[in-house]
Amino acid sequence: MQPNLGFLLGSIVKIVLVLAWVYGLLQVMGSASKWVRIAGIVAAFGIVQLAISIKIGNQPILNNFDTGLLFQGATMAMVALGLNLIYGFNGQFSLGQYGFYGLGAYAAAYATYKWTNEKTASALLVLLLFVILAGAVIIGLRRFLKRFTALPVLSAFTLYLIGVIIAGAVAVVAGNALASVVNPLFGTKEAPGILASNAALQAAFVVAVICAGAFAAVVSFLFGLPVLTLGSDYFGIATLGFTIVVNTLLVNSDTILPFPEMKGGRGMIGIPKVTTWFWAFLFLLIVIIVMRNMIYSSTGRATMSVREDETAAKAMGIDIAGNKLLAFVVGSLFAGLAGGVYAHYIGFLSPDTFGFLPGFNPLIIIVFGGLGSMTGTIAASFGWLFFLEGLLRVLLGQMGTEAPTWRFVLYPIALLLLMLLRPQGLLGKIEWGFLRAPVVKPRATTATAAK
Amino acid sequence: MSNDVPILEIQGLTKFFGGLRAVNDFSMAIRRSELVGLIGPNGAGKTTVFNLITGLYKASGGEISFLGASLAGMEPFEITQLGIGRTFQNIRLFPDLTVLDNVRIAYHPHAGYGFFDSILRTSRYTAKERELTEQAQDFLAIFKLERFQDEIAKNLPYGEQRRVEIARALAANPRLLLLDEPAAGMNPNEIMNLMELIDFIRKRFDLTILLIEHQMRVVMGICERITVMDFGEVIARGTPKEIQSNERVIEAYLGKGAGHAA
Repeated sequence: MQPNLGFLLGSIVKIVLVLAWVYGLLQVMGSASKWVRIAGIVAAFGIVQLAISIKIGNQPILNNFDTGLLFQGATMAMVALGLNLIYGFNGQFSLGQYGFYGLGAYAAAYATYKWTNEKTASALLVLLLFVILAGAVIIGLRRFLKRFTALPVLSAFTLYLIGVIIAGAVAVVAGNALASVVNPLFGTKEAPGILASNAALQAAFVVAVICAGAFAAVVSFLFGLPVLTLGSDYFGIATLGFTIVVNTLLVNSDTILPFPEMKGGRGMIGIPKVTTWFWAFLFLLIVIIVMRNMIYSSTGRATMSVREDETAAKAMGIDIAGNKLLAFVVGSLFAGLAGGVYAHYIGFLSPDTFGFLPGFNPLIIIVFGGLGSMTGTIAASFGWLFFLEGLLRVLLGQMGTEAPTWRFVLYPIALLLLMLLRPQGLLGKIEWGFLRAPVVKPRATTATAAK
Repeated sequence: MSNDVPILEIQGLTKFFGGLRAVNDFSMAIRRSELVGLIGPNGAGKTTVFNLITGLYKASGGEISFLGASLAGMEPFEITQLGIGRTFQNIRLFPDLTVLDNVRIAYHPHAGYGFFDSILRTSRYTAKERELTEQAQDFLAIFKLERFQDEIAKNLPYGEQRRVEIARALAANPRLLLLDEPAAGMNPNEIMNLMELIDFIRKRFDLTILLIEHQMRVVMGICERITVMDFGEVIARGTPKEIQSNERVIEAYLGKGAGHAA
């Protein structure tokens, strides 16, 4: 069968439209006027929401397939922004991003699964208490350990690990105890209580996603503390190991881990599909804002100085170990949030999604979009999904049942060509609108005392 | 502080790289506001001494104290924050960042706002970020670099890069500045400018300077005292005049029996 020319053109139009949407969103976000910003963000949200909900005849303007691509684009943008922070801005080559993505997805999904299917808040409460306690332990210990100079990193790691394990044990006991108090609020089938309502589920979902992000952040802190002392290549291998460990644990979650609901390699079903476009858009927006605010601050400049020259950064008084850890934790937090959003959109989680090979996707995206370009990452996340899944897969699918496999030949070739022709990535260091660096106006400087 | 109390005191500093003794029983004291030169043939261990002072290397033995406090076991960034700044033999700017950002990075330890201030864009962030940027711009103006502020550092001419590196080191507000071969690769004109610059910053910021240099014009022209190293050991100390006529120094540089050739 011949490929459908109309479909090809339609797909190209879609890619252009989605990129124009990203451009427009970033432009209005960067507007000087507060009202333009608010109206613009609402409009950017609204256009997509209308396209999803308005039906012409029986078909929404944006069909289910394209809507799915949009959601995946949004989560991919969050994951890839996190990785760009770690690799593009901080210079630490990491293959662990999908491990944190998976952790976030499963953690959030498990909490809401218990909530909807077993009418118990236990998992959510345990998760919530764990991230609060573990966060407090880590921050407290960090303050305390600052008093000691020349503390070996493994000793510090051991202390943190013990602290977090204790926090976990306390969270399990306290969370379950608290759940037995809260659970009656779910009511019975005949007389549903307040927690059985949709609003309560939405709230539980938001808490679960935030906790998933925090959970990924706690794990990344523990993992990153010793591993970030390794040089860049060794760090890459160690993070690859992390992804494999997470994947193996997820495949065997019903046998070696006490989570039969996750169903191991068969995949977890029954996750409430509560991610609406509103939530996906909101979380993406938050991630973009946090990332941009971090980059254009003293912390962000320190982060980039570590990428540029570690030795010089040390000589400038920058705590490079602490800075690497911060970038790694924030990047993993983004991945965890994205995982939570993704799980509740798709409603089904398989360990394969978070495996070794898909783990390269965000890496390809940030290289494609431009290392150290936030705009490039966001644009490439949406563009990549619409191109690879939206266009190539369907187009090749029309040419024969086995033909879609060709896309794994075609896109590496495209990547190779890009690396040869434009090694800095499609957008290099170009940023659009909101993500552009604040302009420093040259002033008529008097040589007044700087000290 | 009285002028006689050393700002930096090094006692019996030793560093092994495997079996190689790079620095052996190295001692020196620098008093406040002095400009001291550290010279010696290639491979004598001068840069190793710098790396030991700044904490990039851990000493195998010996003691370094700065303003009376021992630096043992401290991380490089802590030592910098105590007030020791340095430049590098082969310029180490942050090549892909702007000149202004290069200098602003030096302000990071005392930026006055934290991570959460920047994420939430608090009023403290806005005020301190503006203050810090203005300080950095003033600083660039002192070094006549303000027209380069938005340039990417690696695109600057060599001499200007060296100026940026010195400006950046000074922005961290050091008491003691370590300059590692600042004149390397410079033409005579640039060297003249550099000597003026060193003299200027010393007075302007009330600095104590320790300088590694191969250009004898620079060393003999501006240093008050000179320490000479060879094979990791101190072979001579004294004023430029004394060093110029020291037999062992001439021998180390030119070989035995070349005394008259100096």
